[in-house]
Amino acid sequence: MGHSLSFRLHVLFLAFCCGFSIMTVELLGGKIMAPYFGGSIYVWGSIITVFMLALSIGYLLGGRWSINRPNNFKYGFLFILSALLLLPMIFFGEAIMNLIFEHFEDPRYGSLLGASGLFLLPTIAMGMIAPYSVRLLVLSTAHSGQTAGFLYFVSTIGSALGTIMTSFFLVLYFEINTILWAVFATFLIAGLSISLRQSSLQNSMDKAEVEK
Amino acid sequence: MRASTWTSLLLLSLFNSLLVAKVVHTEKSLYRNISIVKEAKNLCMVFETRKENPPYQTCRDETQPKRLVFSYTQMIMSGLLYHPQPDNILVIGLGGGTLPMALSELLPNAAITSVEIDPAVIRLAKEYFAYKESDRVITAEKDARLFVKRAAIKKQSFDWIILDAYNGDYIPEHLMTQEFLQEVKAILAPEGIVTANTFSVSQLYAYESATYQSVFGDFYNLKQRSTGNRIVLATANGELKSLEKIEQNAEQLAERLRPYGVRTGRILNRFSTDKDWPDDQRVLTDQFSPANLLKFDRE
Repeated sequence: MGHSLSFRLHVLFLAFCCGFSIMTVELLGGKIMAPYFGGSIYVWGSIITVFMLALSIGYLLGGRWSINRPNNFKYGFLFILSALLLLPMIFFGEAIMNLIFEHFEDPRYGSLLGASGLFLLPTIAMGMIAPYSVRLLVLSTAHSGQTAGFLYFVSTIGSALGTIMTSFFLVLYFEINTILWAVFATFLIAGLSISLRQSSLQNSMDKAEVEK
Repeated sequence: MRASTWTSLLLLSLFNSLLVAKVVHTEKSLYRNISIVKEAKNLCMVFETRKENPPYQTCRDETQPKRLVFSYTQMIMSGLLYHPQPDNILVIGLGGGTLPMALSELLPNAAITSVEIDPAVIRLAKEYFAYKESDRVITAEKDARLFVKRAAIKKQSFDWIILDAYNGDYIPEHLMTQEFLQEVKAILAPEGIVTANTFSVSQLYAYESATYQSVFGDFYNLKQRSTGNRIVLATANGELKSLEKIEQNAEQLAERLRPYGVRTGRILNRFSTDKDWPDDQRVLTDQFSPANLLKFDRE
């Protein structure tokens, strides 16, 4: 009955990595935008607005997407999608912000547009991961709250660590793009590792169907 | 022995009581807590980032209002010794505005634009430090990085750019990178110069020196270890005038600078081209700019 311990740990670990990475990208966002829009409060306002908006959309979509035939492969796809959506930030970030800088005098709307262009899509994909993780872990209605609570505990601890590690240490040793490549690799490896578990999950899904 | 110790202690406490600061005004701005403090004959603008010994931005000696109270502000005048006739000056970081005021008096034909991000600082400079705008003394309420980028698009150019945006406790990191300095260089006139008031202690010194070197080539370094300040004097064309030439300018300017408390001899003594940082020193870029963390690591 239920998932193997290793499966649960795997999903929890991925949720942790996702929480870590979201905050890493968010914090780097401030540094990525500063050369074009300055270091004022509205730049942080734009970044946080876009992240919150993207996460809320991601939660909605991720939850919706988890209804039909949830499986590890689709779950892994969300990680790989997140990784791929980070690439425009790395390759075209400067070009995008230059374009916005030339067309918008007001740095408030400039930074809001810049943050949307760079962070909206990858963060939506990252936001889809949390509800999908819950769906994969939940076995019974009675424990659904506990499962969801524990998952949010783990991923939010990840976010806390991602915030402090990035701002205290990572920026002191690495270039922004190096850190973004590390996040890209993390998502890619996470996605591949869980996709390879396809069979084991399918089994437990089938069992769950039978138990019903 | 003992009696003299007591006497000096007594004198010291008397001296301290004379120096006790009276807070005239205090406010929270968008960026920091600012207070205006009266200390003996000085009126000062203080950014209250900490309780003990907070960083003073500007002081104005009310008995001699022309005098530039801080030695680093006086040292910025090294730029004038180097380039005595600048027509277009850009000051990044307004503080109390005493520097642009002094420059507008010294150079009656020069246009002086100051860039300041904090509207409260601009207001307090006008209210307490006699900062006055005119058709040639202009203030832009903007982030300096944005101002410089826009100035480049508008093809503006300046003969002298004064970088004084680092308040001692917090460095806007995007104003201390190779890319920023390249943008600054792009709005310098062919004979234009930059003087930056920055740091001479902590790990940051080597990083920053290497960054200036990478953009401007050799530069004059005016260090003042006692206050942890130094002035970087760099040129758009990468060539440095000889010290003899600067001395000649200094002689001609000495009288005019005296009322401002600027002693040209003291400034001349500090001009140096020694490269006292490693050749392979990593530079600060938009990708790598942990200036505040580096400043925290003392050598």
